[in-house]
Amino acid sequence: MASIRAFGRCVPERVLGNEELARLLGCETDWILQVCGIRERRIAADGETVADLAVAAAQDCLAKAGAAVSPGLVLVSSGSAERRFPGPAAKIAERLGFAGIPAIDLPLASAGSLFGLSLAAQLAPVYGPVLVVASEKMSGPAMAEPLDKNVAILFGDGAGAALVSEASGGLEILASALHSDGAYANDLRLEQSGPVLMNGRSVIMQASRKIPAAIEEVLARSGVEPEAVRVFLMHQANQNLMDRVAKALSVQTDRFYTNIVRYGNTSSASMLIAAAEWSEAVEASPGDLICFAAFGAGFHWGAVLARQL
Amino acid sequence: MNKQGKIAEIVRKVSGKSAAPDPEESLFDSGYLDSFALTDMVAELEKDFGIKIPDADLNPRRFDSIARIEVYLDARQTKASAG
Repeated sequence: MASIRAFGRCVPERVLGNEELARLLGCETDWILQVCGIRERRIAADGETVADLAVAAAQDCLAKAGAAVSPGLVLVSSGSAERRFPGPAAKIAERLGFAGIPAIDLPLASAGSLFGLSLAAQLAPVYGPVLVVASEKMSGPAMAEPLDKNVAILFGDGAGAALVSEASGGLEILASALHSDGAYANDLRLEQSGPVLMNGRSVIMQASRKIPAAIEEVLARSGVEPEAVRVFLMHQANQNLMDRVAKALSVQTDRFYTNIVRYGNTSSASMLIAAAEWSEAVEASPGDLICFAAFGAGFHWGAVLARQL
Repeated sequence: MNKQGKIAEIVRKVSGKSAAPDPEESLFDSGYLDSFALTDMVAELEKDFGIKIPDADLNPRRFDSIARIEVYLDARQTKASAG
């Protein structure tokens, strides 16, 4: 069985608060918080790339993993990379000193890091340690013309990382449930230019049902009830959505770690940033169950269950 | 209470509004429903009418007015009884 050995994160220094954003968008400051539960988000500096954020998050992760680790595979999730190809995976691996090993891009948007974790658990026995990195600069597409203030208020920039290996210790990945359905491909998308396009009603309706169903599916595979989970580390899309998922599972909302108020929605990076922050703040005890979940464009969605060894 | 009356009661419950909407009135445009209230309404419809609404049927336009919801529920219940 593969385990998550460490998490890492990097968020840009620049903070864009609701007051400044409201001036840019011509809307009320309070409306932003009311609609999405976000007070501020981080914005990459001029010239700061998806790869820059990814490398910093990966270095943080590798440092936390302790002993020098040489991954055999790098998986990079980004839906907001600067160019169509090559994706950032090869450059990130090379900048980390791992040129030559396979580096694969997963341009899945919000569910990319969840899919990456699940794939890493399967691939670690074959390739050795797998470095999963999710890095996003969503502020650009969020503020692209024609400006949609309902979208522009949601997103921020950042990166997260996780190291998955076969070695004992860390968070043992017990089960995964991954799903995709292209029938909804037009409901949340980013074209070659322009802003993120979103049918919010469809996204919320589908996510409100599919995320709890995926969590219940992955818990059932391990014979676990939602109440037994120590923490749910979910893609930080919308505070109201996370509260809905908690309610659907009949667990207290405080079981869901949340940082969306500070970072906004950083797409695929958000789940790993949340995981890194939670693991810095809390020392998990042996046997603690941690459930990851995500939903995003595609639609792609799912859940991963892990247990502290 | 007829079917439209039951639907109107559910809409009032999930929207928190005291007045019921007109049958043809857009529940979104008139402020009765937002994305989350829509999700709550679908759960209440399933419970009160004893049906399962599949994810594939969760097109917001189907649920945009009491009249449209009634049409959908009729079709769903007919399908269920035929199956």
